[in-house]
Amino acid sequence: MSRFFQKRDLAKLVLEDGRVFVGEHFGAKGSAFGEAVFATGMTGYQETLTDPSYYKQIVIQTAPHIGNTGFNDEDNESSKIWVAGYVVRDPSRIDSNWRSKRTLEIELIAQKIVGISQVDTRALTRHLRDIGAMRSGIFSDEQVSKSDQELVELVKGSSQMKGANLTEDVSTKTAFVYPAEGEKKFQIAALDLGMKTNILNHLAKRGVETHVLPASSEASEVLKVGKDGVFLSNGPGDPATATHLVGVTKEVLKSHRPLFGICFGNQILGRALGLDTYKLVFGHRGQNQPVMDLASGKVEITTHNHGFAVKSDAATFETEFGLGEVTHRCLNDDVVEGLQVKEAKAFSVQYHPEAAAGPHDADYLFDRFVDLMKENANA
Amino acid sequence: MQMPRREEIKSVLIIGSGPIVIGQACEFDYSGTQACKVLKQEGLRVILVNSNPATIMTDPQFADATYVEPINPEIVEKIIAKERPDALLPTLGGQTALNTAMALHKNGVLEKYEVELIGANVAAIESGENREIFKTLVQKIGGEVARSAICHTLDEVLSSAKVLGYPLVVRPSFTMGGAGSGFANDEEELIKIATAGLSASPTSEVLLEESILGWKEYELELMRDKNDNVVVICSIENIDPMGVHTGDSITVAPALTLTDREYQKMRDMAIKVIREVGVDTGGCNIQFAIDPNDGRMIVIEMNPRVSRSSALASKATGFPIAKIAARLALGYSLDEIANDITKKTPASFEPTLDYIVVKVPRFAFEKFPQADPVLTTHMKSVGEAMAIGRNFTESLQKALRSLEKKESIFSFEPEQVEINQLIEKASIPTDGRIKTVQRSLFLGASVEELYESTKIDPWFLDQIQLINEVAKEIKLQGELSEDLIKTAKRHGFSDKQIADILGLSEAEVREYRHKRNLRPVYKTVDTCAAEFKAYTPYHYSSWDQETELAPSDKKKIIILGSGPNRIGQGIEFDYSCVHAAQTLSEAGFETIMINCNPETVSTDYDTSDRLFFEPLTLEDVLEVIHAESNSGELLGVIVQLGGQTPLGLAQGLKAEGVEILGTAPEAIHAAEDRGAFGEVLAKAHLIAPKHATARSYQEAKIIAEEIGYPVLVRPSYVLGGRGMEIVYDENLLEEYIQKATAIAPEHPVLVDRFLDDALEIDVDALFDGTDIYIAGIMEHIEEAGVHSGDSACVIPPVSLSDDDIKDIAESTRKLAEGIGVRGLMNVQFALHQGQLYVLEANPRASRTVPFVAKATATAIAKAASRIMAGESIADLKKVGVLPNNDVTVKLSNAPIAVKEAVLPFGRFHGVDTVLGPEMKSTGEVMGINHSFAMAFAKSQSGAFSSGLPKSGSVFISAADRDKTEMKDSIEILYNLGFKVFATSGTAKFLAEHSIKAEVLRKHYEGEVAGEKTTIQAINEGLIDLVVNTPFGVGPRVDGYEIRTAATLRMIPIITTARGLKAAAGAIAALNKEGMQVESLQSHAKTINLARAEL
Ligand SMILES: Nc1ncnc2c1ncn2[C@@H]1O[C@H](COP(=O)(O)OP(=O)(O)O)[C@@H](O)[C@H]1O
Ligand SMILES: Nc1ncnc2c1ncn2[C@@H]1O[C@H](COP(=O)(O)OP(=O)(O)O)[C@@H](O)[C@H]1O
Ligand SMILES: [Mg+2]
Ligand SMILES: [Mg+2]
Repeated sequence: MSRFFQKRDLAKLVLEDGRVFVGEHFGAKGSAFGEAVFATGMTGYQETLTDPSYYKQIVIQTAPHIGNTGFNDEDNESSKIWVAGYVVRDPSRIDSNWRSKRTLEIELIAQKIVGISQVDTRALTRHLRDIGAMRSGIFSDEQVSKSDQELVELVKGSSQMKGANLTEDVSTKTAFVYPAEGEKKFQIAALDLGMKTNILNHLAKRGVETHVLPASSEASEVLKVGKDGVFLSNGPGDPATATHLVGVTKEVLKSHRPLFGICFGNQILGRALGLDTYKLVFGHRGQNQPVMDLASGKVEITTHNHGFAVKSDAATFETEFGLGEVTHRCLNDDVVEGLQVKEAKAFSVQYHPEAAAGPHDADYLFDRFVDLMKENANA
Repeated sequence: MQMPRREEIKSVLIIGSGPIVIGQACEFDYSGTQACKVLKQEGLRVILVNSNPATIMTDPQFADATYVEPINPEIVEKIIAKERPDALLPTLGGQTALNTAMALHKNGVLEKYEVELIGANVAAIESGENREIFKTLVQKIGGEVARSAICHTLDEVLSSAKVLGYPLVVRPSFTMGGAGSGFANDEEELIKIATAGLSASPTSEVLLEESILGWKEYELELMRDKNDNVVVICSIENIDPMGVHTGDSITVAPALTLTDREYQKMRDMAIKVIREVGVDTGGCNIQFAIDPNDGRMIVIEMNPRVSRSSALASKATGFPIAKIAARLALGYSLDEIANDITKKTPASFEPTLDYIVVKVPRFAFEKFPQADPVLTTHMKSVGEAMAIGRNFTESLQKALRSLEKKESIFSFEPEQVEINQLIEKASIPTDGRIKTVQRSLFLGASVEELYESTKIDPWFLDQIQLINEVAKEIKLQGELSEDLIKTAKRHGFSDKQIADILGLSEAEVREYRHKRNLRPVYKTVDTCAAEFKAYTPYHYSSWDQETELAPSDKKKIIILGSGPNRIGQGIEFDYSCVHAAQTLSEAGFETIMINCNPETVSTDYDTSDRLFFEPLTLEDVLEVIHAESNSGELLGVIVQLGGQTPLGLAQGLKAEGVEILGTAPEAIHAAEDRGAFGEVLAKAHLIAPKHATARSYQEAKIIAEEIGYPVLVRPSYVLGGRGMEIVYDENLLEEYIQKATAIAPEHPVLVDRFLDDALEIDVDALFDGTDIYIAGIMEHIEEAGVHSGDSACVIPPVSLSDDDIKDIAESTRKLAEGIGVRGLMNVQFALHQGQLYVLEANPRASRTVPFVAKATATAIAKAASRIMAGESIADLKKVGVLPNNDVTVKLSNAPIAVKEAVLPFGRFHGVDTVLGPEMKSTGEVMGINHSFAMAFAKSQSGAFSSGLPKSGSVFISAADRDKTEMKDSIEILYNLGFKVFATSGTAKFLAEHSIKAEVLRKHYEGEVAGEKTTIQAINEGLIDLVVNTPFGVGPRVDGYEIRTAATLRMIPIITTARGLKAAAGAIAALNKEGMQVESLQSHAKTINLARAEL
């Protein structure tokens, strides 16, 4: 298997502020545009690539070696790779894992994902940390021969993340049912805003049958199939644009049906409760984020993937559905990571209890949702 | 931040880990020092006990009461009784501290004196360390363990073996570094290993276990706080699969061949384990094995304490585990402690790495030719080097060159070999196996073939293949180009490697590179992959795009460390480097440390103003120098504190125009080059033992005859007494020349007159160009011929006359002047029949600097650093850094300090334990007291777990030349009621002096009519002390067998007449009075009072 060493073709990563990183092509050849964001996880690139929340984003992996364990058929978080482009330093030449089916690069090419390698990803990360996430482009086709100035113009012409409504693109077009494992205990409706598979697994494991609905569904449909509860999924885009979803959520709150939201879902609930959302400078994307459960004072190490957040300096706030509380905060920067309204039986977190990739410290939240539905049923 | 810590704790006792031994090295000085710092910051009274004087932690400033005393329950109880600490923190001093703490709990001492164990609880230690309890507990929480059986007797062992089947692993409980463990493929091997194992375990308990050789091996470092917050600090993957002790494996952080699912499975299990075991606060380390075919996961073991791996993990991630562990023990929770590096974020997080760390072990098999070099579950390495790079290839190659062993570095010359033999060779784990792997791949073997033979994960093999391919690419292009250099450097190639491939000189490659300004950049270790700003200048080089070195306006001084620990160069040198960093920082300089040893205090980012974790090669050091010169004003480089490693770089650095602070390279040459040194001696009218250089056996013979036997022979091209032997006659000379050296004109052999029965003296001194300060005069216990590093020695000298001392001081001054020393110098003299000979002079800090500093309560390493930075001895006396009089002025009732060496023979079965001119010890202990006898007694119980027996029986077998000298000592023991056993000759001699001795038959004579052989007697435990002085060199069968048997049963052995004299005195003293403990601080008071009286 002596794959003889060879340099690959030139590729460029171009940021809208004019900074250009030169590297080698990786994955499919072409041009790709998206918001440049860095992810600091050291494991789980397959889950990251297939997480719909990364839609329209060019993901930079701070971990230098990517692809070591190849690509398998079990760890996908959705039906496909969603990232707009992929930036790594040292892609693996082989796949080494008993579950692997093919190398990462073969998969990237098959799914036409444009990537770039050999980039000083740390320099890039420091830049984004200081200046903030911004639009960017990867060029590994004939475009690469264009002048940096021209390439920057191309990037500036691409779409912004702020104000972007991406839900339509990632949401399922038709409703479907994800059965419970073993005996069915509860039936819920889940609005698919870019939902990760492992969320469904966690629910199913707990005897929950999930009716996954398109994001455009009306409150009535939601409440119809969501007999025991409603779930708002994670997903990409600017929550400020999700007017319809906020409307639906308010209806659910009025109904006092147990409600659980994750990530984008947390932002939707926040807005439904009258809070604002805002764009973070460079966001939270990693698997080592310390979040404190303010009730217990315990710290969870959690997976994050959000560029926007809910705004609330106050620990509690009045809402038309009862007293709202901030239940979790990130210890690194105090960003709101969880909300609840006890009266309305609604709660949500900004981070990812379903992990995949990442630590499992927070999966108790799915139990919390199930318990809520139990109480509600018994009441 | 509020103060949530437990206010009722006002004083804490910390137990150190004692002498450096294989499996327990200076990583515990690092963790202990961190803990002391933290506890003092918290305003607690810190009481420390550690018998190892070479440690930083035992510097008086780090504790309020520092006891350099033997670490055993009796002594520690005395300390507790005296100091009455509120709490005992046992988790930072390795297995030694943990076992001692457990003993003190079991025998009720802790309860009696109301001392609370903090940072660990007894139940947790029990279930973590006891393999049986641990296994059941793991199964209880749904984990899998290797099938096994616990045995307490050999019979149990054999019957269980029948159930489990071979091959088996034997592992004793409550031991560290795999002491007494190993693989058994059949019953014979099993008996051998299990016997050793049962005696190695303090609970005489061993675990037999199904072998899972070849599985992937991992370690997780975790921390837990009182609120049950658990974080994983670091994942470490062993490149060498299961079967090679983690301490001997090449390891990489973070783990590189796991999917998130497998990693999280491991993390979940680790967290369950730490909770179930009940480690309520602090760090712990858990090992896992994973079946590469289906991912089946097995939990191997846990260490409920800070371990070697925690030190590695701390350096690898920038997360200071020991420091945090100490805070947690005081009742803080992780979220209440700030992350030093980011300042803003809390310690309750999991570090994420954007670089790759590789650790490689350093072995010393060349010192123990008879030792079995195959790596197994029983740790054999004496040190390690760590490297950081932005990818694996860069990091691996940096790590390999950090070892300072030419053979370790990947090479790419063609070679005619039977490739299958090479692949076969790679299947046996040994020192340098990775090189065999690289060569096999380079010479045409496939990754699959090597995976089959080594079970090293194909990913790593492919990376090594990648390195080979880059090498081939270099060869193919045939000449330097910017692109080629960038590519090669990105994969860790040194200028030398590139030069070798292209047939150029290293200098040519470097010149080409520098002309085009092709240089590495410097990145920062920040725990968070750049997500947050880092405030700690902890750097590593990489061939990437952006550098992160901040400019500074302070005057800079670079200190070169001593690299991986090895026999002859270890913690003692790190001690001096750390002192330099501390003093020079205080003096307002910006201190910059360069070192690659993860175990040390010098590589703690708190120690210097800037830390560069880099190999200590000319190339790597020059690049740091260049980078630092661009970021401010660099005054120069200190090379005399890190031992031979930096000293060896002095010439090269000078040639590149680098300013060397302190002793100049020319002066270093004058001391190290035999010819030049000869002139220095001549000018000073000093004499060395007659010597000459032989280029052939014939020449050697003639020289030896003219000098007169015995002679000391050594190859001229090796250092550290390597290959040095005492030769008593022509036959032995021939033998030596044949086996030891390929004598040739280019490889001459040095022949010295051997000063038989001479007294050896070590001197450490400071010189500033005008004044000399004699810092320490050490009288060796063993006669010259035993390497200064292995010989016990005493301060102040006990048998030297005032004239001798004058003579020594004056000779030292002449040498310092003649050589041109600025700073520290170490001289070894031999006093032979009233004549003083110079054996050698080292123009650098010596191994004995920390011992001298502690014995004389003088910070000589600090003084040396300030001399190098331009101050004079006179100045230093004015400001009180040095006392007005040096040690040539005797002090009334000053304490007496004895240093004893600690030898690794117990780890290398089959290796003879005789001391000789080649250094073999890994560590040292100090005994300090007001009488020599008691100080010596302490040094012995510090060095041997058992210590000297107060009564019982002694076995004596002496070479004729020693008998007369030994008579008096034996009489002392005899009169103390010792039963004396002896070999026939010795017994006869003793009878003549009316000492009754029972004769034991020689081993080869075998048992006859109930008359036991020595070995039988030893094995049956009839003997408490072995005295065996061998004649000549090489293991002479009987003596060898005796010493080996004694070593296995850990019975103290004395191999010299002088050693026996000291021991007899000590035993007598022990019978008169018990050992009393006293802190260094209180000894210092005595010394300073005496000084004031002058
Ligand atoms: N069942 C086994 N089969 C094969 N190798 C083993 C087994 N158990 C342990 N080992 C090897 O022995 C080494 C030492 O074992 P460990 O339990 O970690 O003892 P120690 O306390 O000395 O670290 C491990 O690093 C591993 O490589
Ligand atoms: N001429 C000699 N006579 C007796 N012993 C000697 C002589 N030369 C060296 N030795 C012994 O050998 C040891 C090592 O020799 P040394 O020159 O100090 O080598 P190293 O560089 O290893 O310190 C010394 O400590 C001393 O005990
Ligand atoms: Mg271990
Ligand atoms: Mg010497």
